[in-house]
Amino acid sequence: MESKPIYQFHKGDRLEITSVQVEGVMRRRLLDLGFVRGAVIDVVQKSPLGDPIAFRVFNTSIALRREESSLIHAVKMEEDSEVKVQ
Amino acid sequence: MSHRVALAGNPNTGKSTLFNLLTGLRQHTGNWPGKTVVRAEGELRTDNHTFQIIDLPGTYSLYSNSADEEVARDYIIFEKPDITLVVVDATSLERNLNLALQVLEMTKNVIVCVNLIDEARRKGITVDKKELSRRLGVPVVLLSAREKIGVIQLMKTMDQMVDGKISTDPYLIPYEEEVEKKIEEMEPRIKEIFGDSMPSRWLALRLLDGDKNLLQALKTYIRDPQSVEIKHEPAQGGCCHGA
Ligand SMILES: Nc1nc2c(ncn2[C@@H]2O[C@H](COP(=O)(O)OP(=O)(O)OP(=O)(O)O)[C@@H](O)[C@H]2O)c(=O)[nH]1
Ligand SMILES: [Mg+2]
Repeated sequence: MESKPIYQFHKGDRLEITSVQVEGVMRRRLLDLGFVRGAVIDVVQKSPLGDPIAFRVFNTSIALRREESSLIHAVKMEEDSEVKVQ
Repeated sequence: MSHRVALAGNPNTGKSTLFNLLTGLRQHTGNWPGKTVVRAEGELRTDNHTFQIIDLPGTYSLYSNSADEEVARDYIIFEKPDITLVVVDATSLERNLNLALQVLEMTKNVIVCVNLIDEARRKGITVDKKELSRRLGVPVVLLSAREKIGVIQLMKTMDQMVDGKISTDPYLIPYEEEVEKKIEEMEPRIKEIFGDSMPSRWLALRLLDGDKNLLQALKTYIRDPQSVEIKHEPAQGGCCHGA
């Protein structure tokens, strides 16, 4: 399965994070918010221009700018583990 | 003599609700010195003790990413509460345990309060209190601050902790071999400087992390320990720092 930056997925996709390449203070911050390798997150909402994007991480919605979401990689999970988002 | 109890936890886990329940009207608020972060303190009298309860700001972490995190970290590290209550949300334990594990690296005197247990029940989530307590190495109390469930058990546990009737063995995260080696080298030096007044493993980790903000706070603390308002009270029994 191909790993890509999480902003490239679509609303409703369920992802498993494969790497977090952000550095420094922002890295710490993202890890604390739950963007860790192995975490399962959902793409909840894309704004009209595609930035920022809201993700659901361990029960909390968190919006990330392209700046950060381009440095977090994930793979899309199987269809049967997908959640429906209307 | 009153014992100081800090309430720590993620945002929105019911810390203030629990604080209000424990302290009733015996509370006052102000600001933390030099910060625009509200500081609320109140008093609780149980059967055997008087507690001074401090409601810390809600944070996801204690690695000083923000003024809130700094306030909470400094309180636990420099002011050394007799007990730290870590309030976690029963409906999202996985997220909340990040902060709980950080606190366990900082102090031994922790009670984990699994709050919103009513909400968890509604969602069909059950929390195995015994197993959680066994794995974390500290007491766990199930609570609903809103529905006033579990408060008596919490007060009992607080009494037992300050009476030295509970000995804790907090779970410490094992790190990679390389990191563990460095910690091992640093800890004796840290203990030489700070004795038992600082959690040496935690401090070694912060230094390895290059946490400049903490270094600054430490320098202030070494120059003038009173500047961070340390009110030492004799350790109670076997469960407190340095005992
Ligand atoms: N169902 C339920 N709701 C609760 C419980 N405890 C608190 N709440 C609710 O959760 C919300 C947040 O409670 P607070 O006490 O303000 O949470 P807090 O941890 O102080 O929040 P911050 O100070 O922002 O970090 C409020 O709407 C409370 O009524 C509980 O045990 N069960
Ligand atoms: Mg609050």
